[in-house]
Amino acid sequence: MEEIASLMQGFSIALTPYNLALMFVGIVLGVVIGVLPGLGGANGVAILLPLTFSMPPTSAIIMLSCIYWGALFGGAITSILFNIPGEPWSVATTFDGHPMARQGRADEALTAAFTSSFVGAFVAVVVITFLAPVIARFALQFGPAEFFSVFFLTFASFVGMGRGSASKTLAAMALGFALAAVGMDGVTGQLRMTFGYDELLGGFDFLIAVIGLFGIGEILSSMEDGLKFQGSEAKLRLTVVLTTWKKLLAYWVTSIRSCIIGCWMGITPGGATPASFMSYGLAKRMSPRGANFGKGEMEGVVAPETAAHAAGTSALLPMLTLGIPGSPTAAVLLGGLLIWGLQPGPLLFVEQKEFVWGLIASMYLGNIVGLIVVLTCVPMFAAILRIPFSIIAPVILVICAIGAYTVNNNMFDVWMMLVFGVVGYVFNKLRYPLAPLVLAIVLGDKAEEAFRQSMLLSQGNLSIFWANPLVATIMSLGLAMLIWPLASALKARFGHARSATAA
Amino acid sequence: MDFRRTMLGRRLAWAVLAGATLLAGAALPAQAWEPTKQVTFIIPAGTGGGADQMARFIQGVVGKHNLMKQPIVVINKAGGAGAEGFLEVKKSKGDAHQIIITLSNLFTTPMATGVPFNWKEMTPVAMLALDQFVLWVNSDTPYKTAKDYIEAVKAGADKQFKMGGTGSKQEDQIITVALESVTGGKKFTYVPFAGGGAVAVQLVGKHVDSTVNNPIEAVAQWRAGGLRPLCIFDDKRSSYTTKVTDTMAWSDIPTCKESGVDVDYQMLRGIFMPAGVTKEQVAFYVDLFKKVRETPDWKEFMEKGAFNNTFMTGDEYAKWVEAAEKRHYELMKSAGFLAAGR
Repeated sequence: MEEIASLMQGFSIALTPYNLALMFVGIVLGVVIGVLPGLGGANGVAILLPLTFSMPPTSAIIMLSCIYWGALFGGAITSILFNIPGEPWSVATTFDGHPMARQGRADEALTAAFTSSFVGAFVAVVVITFLAPVIARFALQFGPAEFFSVFFLTFASFVGMGRGSASKTLAAMALGFALAAVGMDGVTGQLRMTFGYDELLGGFDFLIAVIGLFGIGEILSSMEDGLKFQGSEAKLRLTVVLTTWKKLLAYWVTSIRSCIIGCWMGITPGGATPASFMSYGLAKRMSPRGANFGKGEMEGVVAPETAAHAAGTSALLPMLTLGIPGSPTAAVLLGGLLIWGLQPGPLLFVEQKEFVWGLIASMYLGNIVGLIVVLTCVPMFAAILRIPFSIIAPVILVICAIGAYTVNNNMFDVWMMLVFGVVGYVFNKLRYPLAPLVLAIVLGDKAEEAFRQSMLLSQGNLSIFWANPLVATIMSLGLAMLIWPLASALKARFGHARSATAA
Repeated sequence: MDFRRTMLGRRLAWAVLAGATLLAGAALPAQAWEPTKQVTFIIPAGTGGGADQMARFIQGVVGKHNLMKQPIVVINKAGGAGAEGFLEVKKSKGDAHQIIITLSNLFTTPMATGVPFNWKEMTPVAMLALDQFVLWVNSDTPYKTAKDYIEAVKAGADKQFKMGGTGSKQEDQIITVALESVTGGKKFTYVPFAGGGAVAVQLVGKHVDSTVNNPIEAVAQWRAGGLRPLCIFDDKRSSYTTKVTDTMAWSDIPTCKESGVDVDYQMLRGIFMPAGVTKEQVAFYVDLFKKVRETPDWKEFMEKGAFNNTFMTGDEYAKWVEAAEKRHYELMKSAGFLAAGR
């Protein structure tokens, strides 16, 4: 119960008018940053970091972490409205969020996304509050083999989950792996597949690929459909928040499962992106409404959003206690801590009690303030879809181009984005799924690195993946997930004759 | 440099005299140049690492103490082990609104990958500090000194001991290879990770046997009792005598040389500009970094990371860089890390 006393003290630090004002400013800035693709949370925090050096550390971290929450909330907006995920963990949100928007249910989708984010983040904060010292040590058990097993589980839960055929999913994923391999090979220090072009030294950035594949590809497809933006019939319903909340109650099982996945992935620290994909994959398998996933099922928005935010929030725990950032944004925040003279590490909770509990208290408050801010804006966001396509499309295009340029301040990236746009369009036409491609670009090089580190450690012996109960469990789960669709497909083929539709 | 300046001064004096008669009252101070737009500060490494921390810290100090009228914008160009950032500076000949912070990849990246750039294609501004390296082991292991550990490596099987480090064919691996000169033919298994913080945690979690982390990357785990420093790769001990843990200060870590391991290595944290800039433009930045170094914030930052607080500019700095390049070439060559044709 010592935690409760500390937390109350934290609230007394965080709840000053000055800090509350900073929270509000941070959330609004964060939402704006999250909406603009390319200017992700990491960039936003990095740009604003120097401005906070004149503030007391607690106020500064409160404002910066609120920008972080705001950006997390904001990322869902573009995913749902325009099919452009601004962050890797928003990709899974587009699968059902955007179809909902096309059906004129953008406001419902947004409310579901925001509320789920809040639930995920809130549960994670509670976990941090009461279990921080216990679970902080858990991350230490994660070596390269454990990391690889998590990535493997993520990929495995994805194969056979897509709408298209399993072979098309695999083909798209393999292309993603190839693209992820471009650039510097972290293990040998050699350049791969750059063909002498300096522009390819950095490899393909996830954001460029996503802005092109989803954003530009979407615009090309819409143009073909006759310059009409589906979803223009979006109604303005002011009571939508309450009616959506009523529906959300039905998905409590998915919520709880997603929270568990999210917290686990955040703490280990596997990250928010595997969490969101894994949670979506599991929800699709286990939900009675699984067959509707991908067609605008609200549960398909709840699952990834809850898990991503639970993971994003609990990722702050390994950052504070071990000094390993769970995300690029966390890495920049980490730099900030050092400049304020705070040393992230096992002793932070002992030596800087006021700071740590002020921050944890601000997580509660920041998320509540954030939820209120974004929910009141839902009708406004949904109304964006009522703007005629001929006006909104050029605006999206310009924002996409700016976003692509901002990632590395590089004009080449803008051309790359257009190329990815055409790829996205062709993929749509040939009914190849885009998500596995994106997933492989995001996690491909990390998975490869973890695999090769494991191989170095074990001198090339694959038994390292079954060397202890932890890694063995995760690997076995992954293998089960991989075989599951195969087994059920075989069963369907030999049991009944209606395999043609499933394939 | 002084000589050249007086020569230049004399010539200038005539020109000024002539000019002054025309532009009566126009002042011509010698170091009048100042940035006229925002200055881009390039980091040839990812977010969260040592170079990134230092650059963002400088950005913060300049803002906080109002040392410059124009803002500094920090940009990470980490692609190709930093090659992306260096190529950008090489390309921007004559642009005085661009500076870059270096780490050892200034030398190692072109040598290991063959990407064409060299420090001579940039203008050296100043050495800000030298970053130290320390040999760390998990505190649960029985090794109390560098000698103990090296003896254990000698007695073990080849490649049995695992060294975790940042990047491949860069400073951490160079030091590892240098260490192998005293292990009686036994090699380490070098496992590269993406960042220094992750390396320290892998050692606490016992996934590797030792690391050569920079002080700032490992200090938190040291203070918490997870890690034990064995020796520092410098020819003299650190000058910071304030206690970091209950019993030890940075100055209590013996040098590797005094522990019988004759290896020393420091990493440059320095500033360069594009080629083709004027002396006045370089002078502005030298002066700026002098001011940065005088702030109490900087002194605290140096102590926290146990940096070797050496400052150099001009010819002295260029000579140091040249010698360091030669040394890296020798080290990379003997380790077999050079790209084909180098």
